[in-house]
Amino acid sequence: MVADTAPHTAPQAASRGSEPANPPAALQVRAWLARRSEAVAIPLAAVAAGFLLFSLFLLALGKSPLGFLDIVWRGGFGSPFALQNSLQRAAPLLFAALCVALPARLGLVVIGGEGAIVLGGVAAAAASQPLAGAPPLLAIPLMALAAAAAGAVWIGAVGALRAYRGVNETIASLLMSYIAIALSNHLIEGLLRDPQSLNKPSTRPIGEAFAVGPMPGMDVHWGLGIGILACLAAYLLTERTTIGFAARIAGGNVRAARIQGLPVGRLVTTFTALGGACAALAGFFEVAAVHSNANASLVAGFGYTGILVAFLARQNPLAILPVAFLLGGIEASSGLIQRRMQLPDATVLVLEGILFLAVLLSETLYGRFRVFSPHLWAGKRAAAGVPATVQA
Amino acid sequence: MSGAETGGDLGLWTVLLAVIGGAIRVSTPFLFVSLGETITERSGRINLGLEGTLVFGAMSAYATAVVTGSPWAGVLVAGLAGGVFGLLHGTICRFPGVNDVAVGIALMLFGSGLAFFLGKPFIQPSAPPLPAIPFGFWSDLPQVQAALRVNVLFLAGAALAPFLWWAFRNTKAGLVVRVAGDSADAARAMGYDVDRVRLYATGLGGVLAGVGGAYLSLYYPGSWNEGISSGQGLMAVALVIFARWNPLACFGAALLFGGAGALGPALQSVGVTQGYYLFYAAPYVLTLILLVATSSPDRALAGAPGELAK
Repeated sequence: MVADTAPHTAPQAASRGSEPANPPAALQVRAWLARRSEAVAIPLAAVAAGFLLFSLFLLALGKSPLGFLDIVWRGGFGSPFALQNSLQRAAPLLFAALCVALPARLGLVVIGGEGAIVLGGVAAAAASQPLAGAPPLLAIPLMALAAAAAGAVWIGAVGALRAYRGVNETIASLLMSYIAIALSNHLIEGLLRDPQSLNKPSTRPIGEAFAVGPMPGMDVHWGLGIGILACLAAYLLTERTTIGFAARIAGGNVRAARIQGLPVGRLVTTFTALGGACAALAGFFEVAAVHSNANASLVAGFGYTGILVAFLARQNPLAILPVAFLLGGIEASSGLIQRRMQLPDATVLVLEGILFLAVLLSETLYGRFRVFSPHLWAGKRAAAGVPATVQA
Repeated sequence: MSGAETGGDLGLWTVLLAVIGGAIRVSTPFLFVSLGETITERSGRINLGLEGTLVFGAMSAYATAVVTGSPWAGVLVAGLAGGVFGLLHGTICRFPGVNDVAVGIALMLFGSGLAFFLGKPFIQPSAPPLPAIPFGFWSDLPQVQAALRVNVLFLAGAALAPFLWWAFRNTKAGLVVRVAGDSADAARAMGYDVDRVRLYATGLGGVLAGVGGAYLSLYYPGSWNEGISSGQGLMAVALVIFARWNPLACFGAALLFGGAGALGPALQSVGVTQGYYLFYAAPYVLTLILLVATSSPDRALAGAPGELAK
């Protein structure tokens, strides 16, 4: 088939046709590579375009874009210390991005991860109090479980409202986020307050015994390892299980999914609850591995950066890994940017906003480049640009 | 004089007055953003980025007022800046395959980020505030006088709501916007470029949101800082759903939300500090309850623009 269509098509295809020994399997691999490289090339180009726009912004301010890149490299990636700093910041972003990417499988846009992070941190700190004296190997997972449960209930409620009441999940999740932060402040300043924390209200410290330490061989806490595992698990769940398949169908066409008898309401609630549990784990690690108690530092914007990570990764749990690392590095270099370039801390926010817009705009490019067409590389004439009628 | 004496034991009245006064004071940004979003959504598009526009409007108004000494120049610049953000949203959403909700979220983050970036030098200096009209002049009670000091922008918003209600029904522009929002095909059949209608509607929505931001920084709370808006822009978007895309209902809903927002500070002013953060959350809880109450499981809501219900 391949060999006898080739002479009619473009010269490029003709040269391929001269190797009739190519087994179909190799062609399939090429087609698969072409499709996959589109999913990599377009976001990369969008990020590059975003950086270019940001460079214009810097030039307008009289700052050097190359100097900026150099500082981001040195502050985020260029040394073992910088790398560890970036990874440490990437950890909460992994969890926060999953809170967006998992519901996105069902076509939902959930942006309330920030609240689930804060609530998870407070729940973990609260759970540590009655557990005092228990063996850490039992207590630490229980603290994580308390955090995850709080987050699951919080964001799961948003999903349930969407599924059973038709409430707009984007707005509801952000409202729930504000409510979660207010509730956490109320608890930190009242019921859970450590009387000894005077200037900065905090909960009682979780105690040395319950602190989550660094992973072996590096100075990065276990949140990174668990976060990577969570992304892998989310990938397997969405791509390799029937539940994930059902979720994707429901995300594509709710009515079709209902006709197929899929439990759409339960799927929506499950995926949002899982997302909430993930975000809350970020809060757990912030408390157990970084702050040692819950306080206002939990409201650090990880939830919002997580939204950007998920969209940059196009809601793919595996792609979240490199994107979180990249943004973790950019945020890690924020201090250096302020000191060396005399730019305000919001510089990173401007860059992130531009990157976000560039990536969303790039969505319109998919399917527009023939280079990425799997049909071209699989040797089928239809997509090679010549209409079938002309060939006939 | 008698007011100062009775004010002490009439704590409830003080709270009530403060809530009424607060409703008038706090509602203005809600009113402007929700009217702007009503125009945008009636054209068939959702702009969630008005939160960012509100923050950027607040910053640009404050900075302009500091530099020029005129708060009205600040309102003008805020409106223009808001319009630019709206046009940006409308332009990006013209491209096929681009999700308007996601673009809104991106603009929310971008608008706030840019406002924080450019607004750093203006946190310290103080800007001249917008004028207010003392409608409480007839009363001796300072609480009544404080409650009835009404800002000019509130009156402008209060006039804009019935005007928009009228314009949607009785003008050609209003009809074109509604047709674009209810059925893009019908609008195309009438010979209108749907994307352009939505572009202008989103731009106009941005202008109003920018003016709402000017009110925040130039009247109440009347300063520029990075925490100036905590979700008011987003609550106003929720309010549009509650108001069923009706400008007149937006006015009532904005007053209700303003009152809820004023509850925390009002209680604090009479010495109720217990649960301050929970009262602070009252507007969010109220928004959520109203959102749940007015939503329905089978998507299409009464009064919703047809293109949004798809």
